[in-house]
Amino acid sequence: MSRDSTTSGLVDDWAPSAAQRERDAWRRRQTVRSTGVAALSTVLVLGLAGAAVVSSPGFQRVRETYFSWDKAVDSFPAVLEGLWLNIRVMALCAVLIVALSLVIAIMRTVRGPVAFPLRLLGTVYVDVFRGLPLLLVLFLLGFGGPALNLTGLPRSALFWGCSALVLSYSAYVAEVFRAGIESVHPSQRLAGRALGLGYAQTLRHVVLPQAWRRVLPPLMNDLVSLQKDSGLIAVLGVVDAIRAAQIETARDFNYTPYVVAGVLFICLTVPMARLTDWFARKQGFHGAGGML
Amino acid sequence: MTAAVEPERTGELLRLAGVRKSFGGNVVLRSVDLEVHPGECVVLIGASGSGKSTLLRCVNLLEVVDDGLITFDGRDITDPRVDGDEVRSRMGMVFQAYNLFPHLTVLGNVTLALRKVHGVPAGEADERGLAMLERVGLAGRARSRPDDLSGGQQQRVAIARALVSSPRLMLLDEVTSALDPELVGEVLDLLGELKDDGVTMLVNTHEMGFAREVADQVCFLHDGVVHERGAPEALLGDPREERTRAFLSRIRAS
Repeated sequence: MSRDSTTSGLVDDWAPSAAQRERDAWRRRQTVRSTGVAALSTVLVLGLAGAAVVSSPGFQRVRETYFSWDKAVDSFPAVLEGLWLNIRVMALCAVLIVALSLVIAIMRTVRGPVAFPLRLLGTVYVDVFRGLPLLLVLFLLGFGGPALNLTGLPRSALFWGCSALVLSYSAYVAEVFRAGIESVHPSQRLAGRALGLGYAQTLRHVVLPQAWRRVLPPLMNDLVSLQKDSGLIAVLGVVDAIRAAQIETARDFNYTPYVVAGVLFICLTVPMARLTDWFARKQGFHGAGGML
Repeated sequence: MTAAVEPERTGELLRLAGVRKSFGGNVVLRSVDLEVHPGECVVLIGASGSGKSTLLRCVNLLEVVDDGLITFDGRDITDPRVDGDEVRSRMGMVFQAYNLFPHLTVLGNVTLALRKVHGVPAGEADERGLAMLERVGLAGRARSRPDDLSGGQQQRVAIARALVSSPRLMLLDEVTSALDPELVGEVLDLLGELKDDGVTMLVNTHEMGFAREVADQVCFLHDGVVHERGAPEALLGDPREERTRAFLSRIRAS
């Protein structure tokens, strides 16, 4: 209320008083001091920890096995090529997961006795695929799927691996969507219906836009998680970043390629995580009502 | 318009001198001067957006002032070295929308600060909390959840919550604005009783009837300053300033 336009733009000849200048100066001194203390303690802690690691007896072996520069340069192209596959898998699966989970979430939130089979189907789906370990689904579909020789479906491990990811993740993401849909206050539906919008129209134009905004931060969190789990299809023999690193490692039992793959995955997820943070902050508070 | 920073006089519990507060380029308070003496009820009136709520928050150190001096209990609380939590523990604040904690019972709301801030043992805190609920006429609802209460009851609980730790000063921010008309009376009656008990209050309100009956001093906030102040009969009955007159006639017309 303090930002009301009636008082905005008051023009005056204000200059800070002596007391205010003194307070500002004190705050500045405090800031400088705490920044200094923070910098000093950071350097000290990191320095001590670094010294402890470097001077430990096994450090030389650790460095050779995990941080060999030559090995890293050698394996980098192969791992990077594998990572490109991870990125494509992640992007495709993300789109499919959002579509499938939205359908499931809507199925689970439809009301009325007629829709009972829909609700049951949605609930069973979520219960099953949230209960099954992702690795088990990968084994079931990735090894079992191609063996079925179903007409019209490809036999590639990549296809079946992606299906497993989509099925498993959709169960989680559907629950996120459902929480979002249910967090929209009933009065919003009421207002939509009062305008003459139908059930589906209310869902589409009133409920989902609000739910979507609320669940975007947790959804992006799931996307970060999917980026890493796309590496699980390596167990099916698909050559992604992890599998490529494994192949490189198998030559001389130097584990640097794994570290290379790990660093690449982190480089992939960190921007995503920052984006999530930024978005959540930008959105601000969307919880229960209240006045300030 | 610099603040006149002079050694504080004795007598008043709260004194504002040249208080300025802006948000970005929007100057809400330009230079506010105000005194509240012990046992006094000072009512702030003014249009929406005139900075009444901002003023209360500055007093409670929820906002940091851009300039000026606020002394409370003889101490300069605008000094950045002052512990804001300690200052706030000696003030009680009541909000427009009650802001009760929905996960706690009524008694839990009332005793939270006693137990966690003032270190009162649970048994004694409950005793004092129940006594305070008795005082606001809600002892029977001690175990209820705030959501099960009417707006007027919730606001009375919020007042009990602020009052239970015996604050030196009560800050009340439009405490009846969110209430249905028939519930306004119970809250205003309670405030009148508190005034008779000698509780010092700084009140934002649009209830001119309350201001007329209970206030010792009414201040009209306009254009970032206290535009006019005076005894309620004088200010509300026969204001000197044109702006005050215009504001009051708008209120009465509605």
